[in-house]
Amino acid sequence: MGGTSSKLPKDLLSEYQVRLTHVMCLFRAHKIFSELQGGENGPYSSRVSMQKILTLPELKANPFRKRLCHVFSTSDMKDGSLNFEDFLDLLSAFSDTATLEIKSHYAFRIFDFDDDGTLDARDLEKLVNCLTGETDDTRLTAEEMRQLISNILEESDIDKDGTVNLSEFQHVISRSPDFVR
Amino acid sequence: MAQRVSFDFDLVTDVESPADEDGVHDSFSQLIQEQCHDLHDVIEMTPLDPEEESRDDVESLEAPVYQRSDSDGPQQTDHLIGERWSSDTLKVLSSMPSRTIGRSRGAIISQYCNRTMQLRRRRQSRPSIQHFPRSARPSIRGYGVETDAAGFEEEENKRERLVNNLQNLSDSDRVRMLRAMPLSLSEKKELRMLVLNKAEHSVSQNQIPCCSQLKYYIIIALRHGWYSWLSFLSSLQLWQTALKCVGGRFGTGVLSYFIFLRTLLFFNVFMFLVTGLLLVVPQAIAHPDLDQNITVRSTWGLEVLTGAGYFSHSLLYYGYYSNKPLQTGHSCSASSNKTSSSCGLSYNMPLIYFFTIGAAFFITCIILVYTMSKSFGQSFRIDKSKGLLAIKVFSSWDFKVIKKSSVRLQRANISTQLKELVAEVNHQKLKFPVLQRLFRLSIHMLAWIMCLGSTLACVLAVYYFSEYMHGDLLRRAHTNSSDPLLEEASLLAIPVFVSSLNLLLPGFFNVVAWMEEYDSPSVLNYISISRNLLLKVSVLGVLCYHWLGRVATDPQSLGLECWESFVGQELYRFLLMDFIFMLLDTFFGEFLWRVFSQKALKRERKPVFDIARNVLELIYGQTLAWLGVLFSPLLPAVQIIKLLFLFYMKKVSLKMNCQASGKPWRACQMTTIFITLLCFPAFLGAAVCVTYTMWTIKPSASCGPFQGLKNMFQAGKRWFQELAAANPDLHWLPSAHAYLVENPLFLFLSAGIFLIVIYFHSQVVDGQRKIIELLQEQIENEGEDKKFLITRLQHIHERKRRVTPRRVKEASEDSSYS
Repeated sequence: MGGTSSKLPKDLLSEYQVRLTHVMCLFRAHKIFSELQGGENGPYSSRVSMQKILTLPELKANPFRKRLCHVFSTSDMKDGSLNFEDFLDLLSAFSDTATLEIKSHYAFRIFDFDDDGTLDARDLEKLVNCLTGETDDTRLTAEEMRQLISNILEESDIDKDGTVNLSEFQHVISRSPDFVR
Repeated sequence: MAQRVSFDFDLVTDVESPADEDGVHDSFSQLIQEQCHDLHDVIEMTPLDPEEESRDDVESLEAPVYQRSDSDGPQQTDHLIGERWSSDTLKVLSSMPSRTIGRSRGAIISQYCNRTMQLRRRRQSRPSIQHFPRSARPSIRGYGVETDAAGFEEEENKRERLVNNLQNLSDSDRVRMLRAMPLSLSEKKELRMLVLNKAEHSVSQNQIPCCSQLKYYIIIALRHGWYSWLSFLSSLQLWQTALKCVGGRFGTGVLSYFIFLRTLLFFNVFMFLVTGLLLVVPQAIAHPDLDQNITVRSTWGLEVLTGAGYFSHSLLYYGYYSNKPLQTGHSCSASSNKTSSSCGLSYNMPLIYFFTIGAAFFITCIILVYTMSKSFGQSFRIDKSKGLLAIKVFSSWDFKVIKKSSVRLQRANISTQLKELVAEVNHQKLKFPVLQRLFRLSIHMLAWIMCLGSTLACVLAVYYFSEYMHGDLLRRAHTNSSDPLLEEASLLAIPVFVSSLNLLLPGFFNVVAWMEEYDSPSVLNYISISRNLLLKVSVLGVLCYHWLGRVATDPQSLGLECWESFVGQELYRFLLMDFIFMLLDTFFGEFLWRVFSQKALKRERKPVFDIARNVLELIYGQTLAWLGVLFSPLLPAVQIIKLLFLFYMKKVSLKMNCQASGKPWRACQMTTIFITLLCFPAFLGAAVCVTYTMWTIKPSASCGPFQGLKNMFQAGKRWFQELAAANPDLHWLPSAHAYLVENPLFLFLSAGIFLIVIYFHSQVVDGQRKIIELLQEQIENEGEDKKFLITRLQHIHERKRRVTPRRVKEASEDSSYS
């Protein structure tokens, strides 16, 4: 499908096959990414700014879009810009072939809004607000929020330090067979 | 080796923990000492500015932590948050291993280094990566607290070791391990290159001679072809895109219904293949040598509904199948009943019929039990904690949802579910007054009495109606004068009656349930499922009695040559009527109800898809199909067609008429329940009926593969006897057969062994539960240790801070004086 317009050099193709099992998907991803780049024929390691990434239709309505860009970005300036390899990381983390480990790892990082390595009460509050939306009838009241957060911490915080770290998060996720992305 | 460690600061005086500090905290003394030294270095390296000091407000830091915790009371979990720590403590906190494991490359690399080592050690058993024990928290024993300088070297070492380990794994293990690592793509590329370079596999394209380059291109092209073939295969998975659409729009509850439908379809396809290949195709190829009086009717439409007429002497029913061994080759004349293999292949139809049905049921049983145990394993949690809310919050967001309206809908759903769950969890803490509880209990009892009473009434109605129709049929058989069309149509009376009961009574149950008040929607679900199930099981029970107890025992009075074909036709009619009524229910129940509720009742939301009722209908239909396989080998084909129609019809109706449910629906648990219901009442009941038929009921004397035998089971026995007669060495076979299969002792023994195995497994589960509790306690204690250490660290900082401002102030005063 995207074979004719792919400009990926062939040796890199064999390197990427560590991750992806569908070569067609790789070509399509490259096509989408080069469209985002604005058609410049720059080296494929150039970066696309976060604003342009957020114009993708798949990400436009997603409440976690900014966090996604930040988590997958490997740029030194921490501005959320992605190069092609980061973009591939993003796609493969959400594909069906990604293992539970990878998904839970990235999910944890996406939910960790202040990037401190754990989910504390503030992170959980922001998470629940993202999940439930902005309108008044879907948002939880303060009392419900407090109740919800204390319930979550009671259920998932095993060492009772008031935060959910990665191991505890993975423990909760592993018990949930409905963890679907 | 109790060393007396001297602390630099006078912490000894205000230690509030038990006095034997040497013994208890000895293992950490080294660590604390190191920590103090590190902090010395850190503080000395970055001289504290006066501004930074003033930012750390000393007075607020000095507020003793323990007092604050007492005032909070139940909020004991907030020890490590909401405190105002000094910046150094925060630095230490943020570099704690449990917080950096998700972020730092070094931690991930060391974790995977451990795992590859374990994998290498266990290479002979080759476990899958998911089963690895989680050693996600690198123990503090090994590394101490890493400051940045030391950490870098450690990382390099670790990486070397990881690369070494990866090299020694096999190719597929290595690929799997690399794929599972949550590192970014560039790092994985580097690792892979290091591994390959070490093995001296580096291929630089410019240096290969031209013929190897050609081979390289061929290999790449083949690999492309292989990957596109794989993607084509995965796209072939039945209805995958349709299921994804449904799941994305309506949620996992409705999706579980469609997945259940697909599972049933596969069961039927399997059964159809088995009976088709082994029974239908050979019989179709070889011509039957019964002379038939085929009376062809002209009413084509009615025949499809009743399955009688043209169809009654076709491959569809039991009566068509020959009881003599089928021969191939026209040169062979019709031989006797013996299985002489002198001319061509002989195909012993009675034996094959018996064994095919038996084997099909046995394999279906095994597949069902395996599916059930697998889904049970997924949804059953050994530890008693509920964990619902956390799971809901962490795992309910579906990132594949794209459209803005769908996102809004998903958010609304999640919000309702969260609100309901929070209310449900906290509702249990409320206690009603005694009078109100009694009142509610009496309402529940009344509702149950009404439901059970209506079920009993239905059962009696079916019993007496079937008796009446039976009598009617008897009369008609004797008089021979009635209209044949009316006679055929009257055969449809019982199916229509039963199907309408199946349609109306669940509605009545819903009304009764609406009158009651339940604590939680999940309890309501279970109760409505159990009531519906009771109704269907009892109706099917009465019908089985009617067929096997009335029709089969006295077929001559009905003028039936072949009672099995008659029963097969009845089952075909039931299946078809069930389908037609489901169509009508979809049309009237869903479409018209939506129109009515939107126009007349002016409700904004569309009605909700009733998952439990639809799934029970599917189970009921499948039970009928399983009951009928013995009497009508092509019935699974009818069921396949019906399920295919049903899928598309329900999908269309769903899109037009229904909306996603706001109620929480635990899809995995409900799937387990549905599969269990499919196995236990449905499949078991069908298997028991079929076994009963094969064992005790006399087959009809003039049609079908088992004519002339005492019961169908005799076919197998007769074959053993023939084998023994033909071959003197096998004389022990019939007696062995008599002991093993006909002796109930063998069955008791196997049931006993089964029970022992189950008891053993339940003990193992109990033991695991105890271990989990112990481990949780241990982790809590470790958390207490952590808190203790952090607060102790904080004390050190406070003391340091109090000392240095004094010194700085003194120094500045001195300088100001001079």
